[in-house]
This record gives sequence, structure tokens and C-alpha cells, in this order.
Amino acid sequence: MTDAHSTAPFFPHRHLLGIEGLSAPDIAGLLNLSDRYVEQNRQIDKKNAVLRGRTQINLFFEASTRTQSSFELAGKRLGADVMNMSVSSSSMKKGETLIDTAVTLNAMRPDLLIVRHADSGAVDLLARKVSCSVINAGDGSHEHPTQALLDALTIRRRLGRIEGLTVAICGDILHSRVARSNILLLSTLGARVRLIAPPTLLPRGVERFGCEIFTDMREGLKGCDIVMMLRLQLERMTGGSYVPSQREYFHYYGLDYEKLACAKPGALVMHPGPMNRGVEIDSAVADDVVRSLIQEQVEMGVAVRMAVLDALSRNLPNEAEASAGKASR
Amino acid sequence: MSRTAYLNARLLDPASGLDVKGDLLVADGLIADLGPNLFPDGVPDGVETVDCNGKLLCPGLVDMRVFTGEPGSEYRETLATASQSAAAGGVTSFLVMPNSDPVIDNVALVDFILRRARDTAIVNVYPTAALTVGLEGRQMTEIGLMKEAGALAFTDGNHAVRNALVMRRAMAYSRLFDALIIQHAEEPDLAAGGAMNESELASRLGLPGISAIAEVIMIERDLRLVELTGARYHVAQVSCAASVELIRQAKARGLKVTCGVSAPHLALNENDIGTYRTFLKLSPPLRHEDDRLALIEGLKDGTIDVIVSGHDPQDPETKRRPFAEAAFGAVGLETLLPVSLRLHHNGQVPLARLIGAMSFVPADLAGLKTGRLAAGLPADLVLVDIDKPWLLDAAKLRSRSKNSPFDETRLEGRILRTIVAGRTVFTLDPGA
Repeated sequence: MTDAHSTAPFFPHRHLLGIEGLSAPDIAGLLNLSDRYVEQNRQIDKKNAVLRGRTQINLFFEASTRTQSSFELAGKRLGADVMNMSVSSSSMKKGETLIDTAVTLNAMRPDLLIVRHADSGAVDLLARKVSCSVINAGDGSHEHPTQALLDALTIRRRLGRIEGLTVAICGDILHSRVARSNILLLSTLGARVRLIAPPTLLPRGVERFGCEIFTDMREGLKGCDIVMMLRLQLERMTGGSYVPSQREYFHYYGLDYEKLACAKPGALVMHPGPMNRGVEIDSAVADDVVRSLIQEQVEMGVAVRMAVLDALSRNLPNEAEASAGKASR
Repeated sequence: MSRTAYLNARLLDPASGLDVKGDLLVADGLIADLGPNLFPDGVPDGVETVDCNGKLLCPGLVDMRVFTGEPGSEYRETLATASQSAAAGGVTSFLVMPNSDPVIDNVALVDFILRRARDTAIVNVYPTAALTVGLEGRQMTEIGLMKEAGALAFTDGNHAVRNALVMRRAMAYSRLFDALIIQHAEEPDLAAGGAMNESELASRLGLPGISAIAEVIMIERDLRLVELTGARYHVAQVSCAASVELIRQAKARGLKVTCGVSAPHLALNENDIGTYRTFLKLSPPLRHEDDRLALIEGLKDGTIDVIVSGHDPQDPETKRRPFAEAAFGAVGLETLLPVSLRLHHNGQVPLARLIGAMSFVPADLAGLKTGRLAAGLPADLVLVDIDKPWLLDAAKLRSRSKNSPFDETRLEGRILRTIVAGRTVFTLDPGA
């Protein structure tokens, strides 16, 4: 790598636990590197050897299809040995063995640990117990940093910039880690962020997040460049109903062409997936090849995760340092 | 007849307003006499002497809210280990909550606590009893019989009595015995699933919140019932500004209402949770800084009557978990006084008011003859170096559980000696 010899670290963090704490240059650096991996992924030979000899463990305490496969593919394309571990929450008494699991895995000397967990802060807790680099693949309602990075990459490649854009994030803000990471990232890069949701799906104190808040979707979409839809997290709808019915939710907050017309002409549509078609997004909008970036988001996901793995691996101890360290002792 | 003279002490008795340099004589477990220059002709022969070196000698502390694990979860805490922890914290009497396994909800179990405490504890331990059978909130317990057996108050401990009708009847019935009812004021439906104060911070951390309104609504409901029934009602722990204001107004209206606050809630706010520190997961939760300041104001003006430790031992397995799944609670007997003393050192609350809120006020509420420096009362005393700085090492706590939110925290004020009925039950190791 050309920048391997510069004195300042390319990405001065041991883990990627969230967007919080990342600077604009940190983020821009990751996006630039991601652009190179997008090109690599479009070649016939998609592999390099950046992670050769490294072990990557994908530890998923919560079911995931796209994020887990995206990380798996990313690791394999960089030459890492990738192991998938899915620990379903039913097979373990929740959380009880989280630290045990971390300590056990740590003893196998992985270099990179990708973790998803249903509890906010669980990845942070785990990161304190291991000696490898940890990437948060989603913790509870807290953060999902690689999703925000891939969203930013998608926008930047399509519109050429993030700064100055108006982005509306719509739907279940309350439970969404994607929303939290995106708010942080987009604000850091200078976009104006709007949040659109019914009052029951807005978290307490959200007015202090530095976003404009709307409960009227048509009003909120006015002048937006990007409409980012969130999945209505049906599995989290316990403990009182947040919305009366899916039908009523779609009527007021589902994205269809009629509501999309309130946004800037040509405004683009995003969704982190998996979609509830007909609940938060109309199928025709989701599948619109011109307006919808949803497929592109998935492609960017692999590139962004390769960039993150690459960036973190540069801070891992390497063979040269290890042998130099031995020699000096 | 055994006699001990405590010489050269700063005698502080918040109940009488006494604050003088002087001596105190203990005879056969009771305070015999006290005052400045008590022995003008020298200490008589046969009297043991303790030189207090000008340090503070005040009534032993009375803690109205302590959880242990006995019976049922002795691995967390027994009455014996809790009492050792209490002694190290200058607490000479405490009320133990009924949340054990089995629940203290009948006469035999009240008696069990009394007997176990008598046989194993080194400070005075008093049982409270459940207000409803099995803490289930459905049927009131035998309040009269258990009060006769020695239960000092009736409470579902860390459970709120959810059903308003059950509470109404328990309150009305409790008047027959002038029994004290203690409520954990938290509307269970509003608080369900919550892990910390509902706030901007909780939203940023992605943690489910417990709104202050859950506490306020429960207190408001209960105050209406107190008005209706005339019961003696005590809110175990208030945590927010709105609750303080409610109690203030209720007292102004003449209701027999009192409330407590925990020492951690006077010293910490939600921001101290930082990055998911589960040892700061408390019930009620730590709130906003404005709430903390309102609690201090309430303590100062007498709206808040007592300071409690809220001592709740939890083993590491239930604490070293993701925040939302971790257990609530913190140990606090040993830090009750030094943490509370922060308010004295900051000039926020006068020393006598602080000590009073941990001695004669809770003693009077619970109907205990202690908490005062007065001739004829049991010699329950604590000798404190109120200015001594020290660093808390949670591993050295005497409690069987070490879940203190103040680990590695600098504290000011150290217990030198604790005396229960004339007997010294704790002295600070000079090397500590």
C-alpha cells in the first residue's frame, strides 16, 4: 500500500464500534478506500492478499443475512480465513455467556471480530475483553457503523458529495441503530438531516440530535435530495403498540410515488433492508431502477466492509513488527 | 458495670442541635452522660478511655433501605456480611427489605430474620415485611401480626404496588396499627423494559428509558390515597425534581408523607453511566443533573427526610452483562456516609442536617429508640474523621458483593470506630 509508510496511522482506531468518535477525515479516508474496493469488486479477479494469514470471526448473536454474508465476502476477498458463528439468542440464556464467549474466542487468536448483538452496548462490552480488533455489525438500538458508511458511499458515488445535501430519515427512528449511525455520519460530513416519524417512534430528546424533526411526511420531504426509509421493526413492537396498524402506518408514513413527489425532483430512495414491502415502502418505488439505490447499497456494503477490515488490519501487529520486537528484547 | 469514656470528641447530636467539644460516657451499653469537660477531676478509676482526638462522635447511622440475600441468595449477602459492611460504614441499625426467597410475608419469617440477626449480625438489624403476599400485589399481608412480631414497616421492597385498590385497602387497614407503608414509587407499565433514565443520553446510547413520569404518577396516585385513608406513607427513594415538588406540596397540605433519597442519587447523575457502566444501573435510575440538584435542595429544606444506602448486593454474573440485561442495584452501606459527606464538603447541606437524615429522622420514622446522643439511650455511636480523603477499593468492601459505583473513587470522610450498644464492632485498621 502506498500510504503504509506515512507516520500518521491511516485510521487511528483499534476498533470500529460506532460512528461516534470518528472525524470527517477518518470517514473520508474509509470512503476513498472503499471506492478502490468497488473497482476491485467489479473485476473478474476480486481478491487481494491484504488479510492473508489473518483470522476473521463473524459472531452474530442476532440473525442476519445480508450483513453477515457481506462481511464474509469482504473478508474472503481480502484473503482472510473467515469463520461464521451464529449464536441464536434462544440457545443461550441471553447475554449470560457473552463475556465467556468473548474470552473463549479471544483464546483462538482471531485478528478481527465482527459482532452483532441485540443489546445496545454489548459490542463495546465485548471489545473490552478481547485483544483483537472489533467491528460493530449492529448493537441493539445503538449503532450500525458500516451501514452508515455504505449509505454515505452510495450517496457520494451517485451525487458526488455529502456536504450540503438534505437527507430525510423516515420511520422507526426509536429502535433504529441505522438511524443513529447515519445521523452522526451525515452530520459530521455536513449534510442536513431530517427525521420523519410518528411521535411514538421518535426517541426522547431527539430534538437535541441536531436534526430537523417532522411528524408530517409530506412536509418533511420537501426539498430533500435523499429519502432514507427505515424498516418498521415488527419484532420490536412489544410492550404497547407504537402504531395502530400497518395499514394506517403505510397511509401516513409509507413511501409511495405520491409522497415521493414532495421531495426534490429526482430525489433518490434508500433502504437498509430487509424491506417490509407495503408497510414502509411501496414495491414500485423500491424497485424503481432510476430512483431506488437499494441494490447499489448492497454492492457498496461489500466494498465498505473490505475498506474497514483493511483499515483496521493496518493497526494490527504484523510479522515484521513482531520479529523486530523479539529482536529488541 | 462496664464503662467507657470517649474523650476529646466533637459531639454532634442533630436531634438536639448539640455541636460541642466534649466527652461522652457509656455505661452498660447505654449513654450515661455527655457534655463539654465531663470529667473535670479526671476520669474515674475503672473507666476505659478512648481518645477521640477531636474527631466527630455522632449517633450511629440508621439505614432504612437495605437488601440482603438471606434467606435464599446467601451467595450475594447474608445478614452477617451486611452487618459487617454496615459496621464499617458507621451504620448501627438498618431495616432489611423483604425481597428474599422466601419473601418475608408472614410472622414466622419475620421471626426468622430477627433470630438470624440476633445470632449472626454485629449491628441492629430490623425486618420490614411485605405489604402484599409474595410481593404479588394482590392480597395484603398480616400487617398487625407481623408488626407485633417486630416488622418495622410494610413494603414490597423493590416492587411497586401496582393495583390502586390493593394499595387503598392496605393503607386504610394499616391505620389500625399506625403501620408505616413504604412504596417503591414506579408505575410498572410505564417503566417496563427500561434500563436507565429516559433522556437524550438514553436515546444516544440506544437504551430503553424509564421516564421520571413513572415515578411522579405513582406518587401522585398514592398521595390521593393517603389523603383518603390517612395512612403513614413513605416513598422509599425519590429520584427526580418533580417528585420532590410533589412531596413538598403534600407536606404543606399536612399529609403524613415522608420520603428518602439514596446517597448515590445525591452524588451521581445519568452521565456517570458513560459507556454502559452497569454498576451505575440503579432503581430508580440516576437522572439528569437538574434532578440531582433538586434532590439536594429537597434534602436541605427538609422535603426529603432521610438518606438511605439502597444497599443491593449483586454478584458479578448479573452485572457483567450488556446494560439492558444487567441487574439493577449497588452496594452502599460502606459508602453511605462518605458519599453523603460530599454535600457537606461542597457547602450544599449543613453537616447536622446530613447526619440527622441518617440518624434520628429515620429512627423516629421506624419507631426506634436510637439515633440521638442522649442519656439513657443505647450507645449506638460512630466516630468519624470527616475530612480524611481516601480511595475506595471495591475489592476491600466487607459486603459479600462488590458492585459499588464508587470503585476507585476519591471519597472524603472515614469511619474510625463504630459502636453498637456500647460495644465496638468496627475500628479502622490504621494501615487502611
